Amino acid sequence: MSLFSKSSRRGILPGFSLTLGVTLLYFTLIVALPLLAMLYKSFNLGWSDFWDIVSSERAVATYRITISAALLATLLNALFGVLLAWVLVRYEFPGKRLLDAVVDLPFALPTAVAGLALVTIFSTNGWFGQYLEPLGIKIAYAPLGIALAMMFTSIPFVVRTVQPVLEDVATDVEEAARSLGATNWQIFASIIWPAIFPAFIAGCSLSFARSLGEFGAIVFISGNLPFETEVMSLLVFIRLDEYDYPAAAAIATVMLIIAFVMLFITNSIQAWQLKYAERS
Amino acid sequence: MQNVANLSAPVGGLKPSKRHGKKPVRLSQRLLIVLAAFLSVLLIGFPLLVIFTYAFREGIAVYLEQISQPATLHAIWLTVLTALVVVPINMIFGICVAWLITRFRFPGRGLLITFIEIPFSVSPIVAGVTYLFLYGSQGLLGPFLESHDIKIMFTVLAIFLVSLFVTSPFVARELIPLMQAQGSDDEEAAITLGANGLQTFFYVTLPNIRWALLYGAMLCNARVMGEFGAVSVVSGAIRGQTNTLPLQIELLFNDYNVTGAFAASSTLAMIAVVTLVLKYLLERKQFS
Repeated sequence: MSLFSKSSRRGILPGFSLTLGVTLLYFTLIVALPLLAMLYKSFNLGWSDFWDIVSSERAVATYRITISAALLATLLNALFGVLLAWVLVRYEFPGKRLLDAVVDLPFALPTAVAGLALVTIFSTNGWFGQYLEPLGIKIAYAPLGIALAMMFTSIPFVVRTVQPVLEDVATDVEEAARSLGATNWQIFASIIWPAIFPAFIAGCSLSFARSLGEFGAIVFISGNLPFETEVMSLLVFIRLDEYDYPAAAAIATVMLIIAFVMLFITNSIQAWQLKYAERS
Repeated sequence: MQNVANLSAPVGGLKPSKRHGKKPVRLSQRLLIVLAAFLSVLLIGFPLLVIFTYAFREGIAVYLEQISQPATLHAIWLTVLTALVVVPINMIFGICVAWLITRFRFPGRGLLITFIEIPFSVSPIVAGVTYLFLYGSQGLLGPFLESHDIKIMFTVLAIFLVSLFVTSPFVARELIPLMQAQGSDDEEAAITLGANGLQTFFYVTLPNIRWALLYGAMLCNARVMGEFGAVSVVSGAIRGQTNTLPLQIELLFNDYNVTGAFAASSTLAMIAVVTLVLKYLLERKQFS
């Protein structure tokens, strides 16, 4: 155990082996072991069975529905997030602190409660639904409802990644540009946007990753029809309900792989963002 | 590298606003503020409002009657019990991880920072499924557990375990940026002056991190109480036995008891609002 023998050269603070031991033991028991158990189960299926399950028509339909809804939700959150971050950083107005606090509500509110609230508002007789459905816009029990549920549960991501970076954009550069005759739009496009872009992309990828795995809010509002409004996480749940454990393991493994790819992408973007911030 | 954990914490943490904005002067600036406020009310305000409106729409008597149904009361109890078990354990884990990562340099440190964030990237449904394939009768340890007559899946224990998984990074991600910024000078001074490790932690470190620790615990608590997907896989949802509050909401909703579902939801929504109010107060306390 070379990790432990080096601790004498690690400064004078105690607790290295204790905290390392607790962390590794806890992580192994609570996080790593269950993940490995599922991967083992999936691996035991053999490649051809695994492929048959994950490439079945119904499974492929859930990928299409989940990814397209997540893209729409992320796009809307990107626009809304930049608007909110801009307003919260740049302007002083009554109720600003309240608005800043309310932005975090989707993270604090349980997803099942959010789903229940959204389906009630957007159903045919709901507060918004009664005006939207005569216009031909169907949200509850339709694909748009999935995107809406995903959007709600990931609203804070873009705001909270862009906000601190926007606060750090140096005003002297802006003032120099303005005194040289640059318009507001030119200042935004060539000074502010490049500065917040990496944080913006990082926020978008977090929002997209979260949307792909969302379950609680979606089951209430989507209607859950195969080939129409069935998302990946729901298909896993249905297969479990049918005691079709191999299928549940295989599709959950696909979701896990997607999650790891997204984690890798997000981490790379954030490393890039850090380098970017140091350079400027 | 040390800031990666901070950046991947979009919940915001306890960070003060660095600079005050300007008063909006032009019409276009006012329009932007109005648009942002309007969309926030529409997308965040109304969902919160609808919960309380529907919960109380048949009067306070019906609300109290709905909330005090035995099954709902039991779900509330089980939800509180889960939080009481899970939050302290994950606070200890969070402190250990934060101490390890911010006070020492060792090979694999960067990898560890990424690894402890894994539960945030994994869908709650997948989290539930992984536990099923570890402890369930189909799972890796299933035959062993069965032969020793130990039942974990579809019991309260499974709810505890999966909640530990889902919320394990919350406290650490609040503590790491703070402890990184504070540095270890105070602790080194205490050790040099002859304090032992525990004394140093309780008299030097803990007072410095207590607000971030409390906020991390609050976030952890809100998520434990509200977790739906992971718990619905492992609980088996036996009414009155392993039904937590979010599962009870779905059950009531599927039974067409809308008022009951909203009454149960209102308790969780109140916890969410209290969490946000506490965050607001803690932010002011820490940076005033």
